[in-house]
Amino acid sequence: MSKWRKSLTGLAAATAMCVTLGSAAALADVESKDPIKITLHDWTGQFITTKIMGSVLMKAGYNVEYVQADYIAQFAGLKTGDLHVAMEIWETTGRDAMDEATATGKVENLGETGMQAIEEWWYPTYMKEKCPGLPNWEALKDPACAEAFSTPETAPKGRYLGGPVTWSGYDDERAEALGLEIEVVHAGTDAALFAELESAYQRKAPILLWVYAPHWAPVKYDGEWVDFPKYTAECYNDPAWGTNKDAKYDCGKPRGPIWKVAWSGLKDKWPGAHKAVGKFNVSNEEMGAMVSAVDLDGKKVDDVVADWVAKNEDRWKSWIN
Amino acid sequence: MITDSPGPLRAMRLKVVWTAALVISVLFWLTAKPHLPWAFRFPRAWQLPLKQEISSFMKWLAEDASLGLFSFKDLTRGIAWLVDIPLDIATSILSSGFLKGQGSDAVQMLPPLSWIAVIAIVVAMGRYARDWKLASLVGACFGYLAIFGQWDSAMVTLSSIVIAVPFGVAGGLLLGIAAYRYKLFERLITPVLDLMQTVPVFAYLVPILVLFGFNPVAAMVATIVYAMPPMVRITLLAFKQVPQEVVDLGTMVGCSKRQMTWKVLVPSASASLMVGVNQVIMLSLNMVIIASMIGAGGLGFDVLTSLRRLDIGAGIEAGVAIVVLAIALDRLSQAFAVRETDVHQDAKAVGLLERHPYSITCAAIVLLTGLGGLAASWLQSWPEGWSLTTGGFWADVVRYINVNYFDELEAVKTFLLLNVMVPLKRFLISLPWPVVAGLLALAGYSLAGWRLASLCGALTIFIAAVGLWSKAMVTVYLCGIAVIFACLIGIPIGIIASSRDRLWRGVQVFIDTLQTLPSFVYLMPVVMLFRVGDFTAMVAVIAYALAPAIRYTAHGLRHVDPLLIEAGIASGCTRGQLLRKIKLRLALPEILLGINQTIMLALSMLVITALVGTRELGQEVYIALTKADTGRGIVAGLCVAFIAIIADRLITAGAGRMKQRLGLA
Repeated sequence: MSKWRKSLTGLAAATAMCVTLGSAAALADVESKDPIKITLHDWTGQFITTKIMGSVLMKAGYNVEYVQADYIAQFAGLKTGDLHVAMEIWETTGRDAMDEATATGKVENLGETGMQAIEEWWYPTYMKEKCPGLPNWEALKDPACAEAFSTPETAPKGRYLGGPVTWSGYDDERAEALGLEIEVVHAGTDAALFAELESAYQRKAPILLWVYAPHWAPVKYDGEWVDFPKYTAECYNDPAWGTNKDAKYDCGKPRGPIWKVAWSGLKDKWPGAHKAVGKFNVSNEEMGAMVSAVDLDGKKVDDVVADWVAKNEDRWKSWIN
Repeated sequence: MITDSPGPLRAMRLKVVWTAALVISVLFWLTAKPHLPWAFRFPRAWQLPLKQEISSFMKWLAEDASLGLFSFKDLTRGIAWLVDIPLDIATSILSSGFLKGQGSDAVQMLPPLSWIAVIAIVVAMGRYARDWKLASLVGACFGYLAIFGQWDSAMVTLSSIVIAVPFGVAGGLLLGIAAYRYKLFERLITPVLDLMQTVPVFAYLVPILVLFGFNPVAAMVATIVYAMPPMVRITLLAFKQVPQEVVDLGTMVGCSKRQMTWKVLVPSASASLMVGVNQVIMLSLNMVIIASMIGAGGLGFDVLTSLRRLDIGAGIEAGVAIVVLAIALDRLSQAFAVRETDVHQDAKAVGLLERHPYSITCAAIVLLTGLGGLAASWLQSWPEGWSLTTGGFWADVVRYINVNYFDELEAVKTFLLLNVMVPLKRFLISLPWPVVAGLLALAGYSLAGWRLASLCGALTIFIAAVGLWSKAMVTVYLCGIAVIFACLIGIPIGIIASSRDRLWRGVQVFIDTLQTLPSFVYLMPVVMLFRVGDFTAMVAVIAYALAPAIRYTAHGLRHVDPLLIEAGIASGCTRGQLLRKIKLRLALPEILLGINQTIMLALSMLVITALVGTRELGQEVYIALTKADTGRGIVAGLCVAFIAIIADRLITAGAGRMKQRLGLA
């Protein structure tokens, strides 16, 4: 924390200097000098979105404080107003907690971040030799091909490593509905998911798992997504839709937006900041590039963020004006 | 009940009852399923609606509960504000410096203590408390933090620990004293302590966050709740063990109640009380990871982020930083406890400098490095360029094992899984709940009478009645099998180490490390080698729960009455006989206590195993957390606690009977 506090103090001093040098107008408009508390979780992409937002708010003259908080537990703080802004709530992993919180009226959904989470079954490219029908999903109906993905516990069926049970991905239903020769196993956490991928990739061993983007994994490892029938709302609601006439979920996963949420009081206490967070928008490509700059090239989060802020002045200025 | 029938008769009667009960249970298990399905699957209609009740109670408590002039939440927020004052001061001194203003507007008025000053202070404390050897150990521990670039985070963690530990110790001491004085209070607080230690933190995390705010104070409250119980227990036990003569002397010289407590009991029990302090320190550091999830930051946060990136090396470095902090704090506090006896040594010294050599040297270093730091920043904070790192070393080790030995490991795993674990799991899940409740009650009766019998029966039925039976059985299976392995590994190590002093010292460092290294650090490498699932969970639980099995075995064997051993040698026992017939028998109650603690630790790992995809009560708690369902989490947490309580009571009763039989009690 202190590292950040220190760099924050530095940043604050820098902003203060800028302000005294010229653009005093922006600062004067700030509604309250109390710190706006933005949450930081434990993955790089979220650091970047949060720090971009934080830097922009600071440029507008707001007082910003970063607070480390658990992705799910933070909603307790957002509801009470102890925390103010959370920049990344993923459709799949955070929807339940977010809906529960917004239903109380104490938390507000500030719309999409512009990033679309791609979440789908994924395999490393070397698996194509053993199962040449891929990426077409129908290859996984073929027992020989499915067996290439098996482990002693699941054999002769293939093994698919799904996300934690709390990420409602309907993978058990999907395997069933599409008649795949696959057994679904759930990882308990995102870290375990990628630990298995790393392990298999080192040995060039078979693996089929839930991967999502924007994330460093699809950048670091060479592989591709399984090509399922394209998602539509009917597929998830209407059994008659799709190849299996009697089952829902006979298609791929939807592209899920990543949401921004805030404490409901934000609007009244810092209307300008409320507007700026609402307008925040970055694309998947930008984020992917920044995440790999940090996780794969070893750059510092703060440098990457400063770089973005310097290069995109027009965009963020439109958020705060 | 136990005393009214003569021993042999009662034993025979019990044997008959047990045989009958077992035969009936097996028959029931084999045949009753088609006729009495409710015994195998608790009917939904009978389930207690406890989840909803608890949820709405918590909601009321957090939002509407009023204490007249102010609400309950105002009260807890007030407490949070009070606790925040010392915490803020500690943070200012150690990590952030004294700031004016908040957030990004804050301006540093005074820098924090420089790394040189902190190291100088702890070295001086080590020298003051004991000798240069301790001083250099503590210095090396803190040196590690600087050299490996963990300084900033470590100071954040340290500042919350130096506040949480005194609160935990003082609170524990006071509650312990109260329990010693008032029998009724003791009876009331014992089950509460069990719950505090065994209900997973995730279960009550959300209510704590609402009541105390989303800040380091909430994290500290959670830490204190978890770390305080051993202090209470040990205080109570230590006071009870103060020799009667000492207490009598106190009464004779006319001590008031207060004098009796503070001038007689506390000083005579101080050695045991320090064991409590040690446990509070260790458990507080255990909570670092979870505390970092709710705004405490520090080393726990570094561990989480680096493992999220699969940066195993960075995770291990941050994890080891927690271990060295624990070791330094523990050894220092132990030394201070022993020192208190010879404080008047250098009363002859006259000059200020001679009387306070260490304080003055430290103050000088603080001032010099503080001022010097303004000119040369390396005096203030360890320059990043000087930091060492093990870099990819650990990742390479894991990769090497993974690439070269995966198949062998996989074979072992598959064998165990298919031949031991899966059959046991199936068996336990298939057991009907009335039979389990009945057998546990019978066990309670034969060990301690009707009271224990009804407790065991009632708690078992509760678990079934809230609809978590099969998850509870998976919990029992996972923890049970891990405890068996932990004992199979730990007890022999304890036996070997108990008679070899040098080895024992090494083993102690090893088990301290196991207990304080965050399990997350080794969980991910284990996943890489064994994939997600029960086996990985079991390995992680064993690693964590091994420590008490070793510790208590060695402790028990080392404290067997030397006269009895002499007698054994005199009557011509071989070494093996000496161990089997004398030492192990006499140490058995102690070993049972170790097994008891092993079970407790195994159960407390459940929340972590949920992260590798097991489907037991820990997962239920974790799911409840992600769904923001307080009631569901607390109910599942209670079930974990009840399993722990049943195991604890049965084992304690067993150990008590055994002591009686051996004539030790």
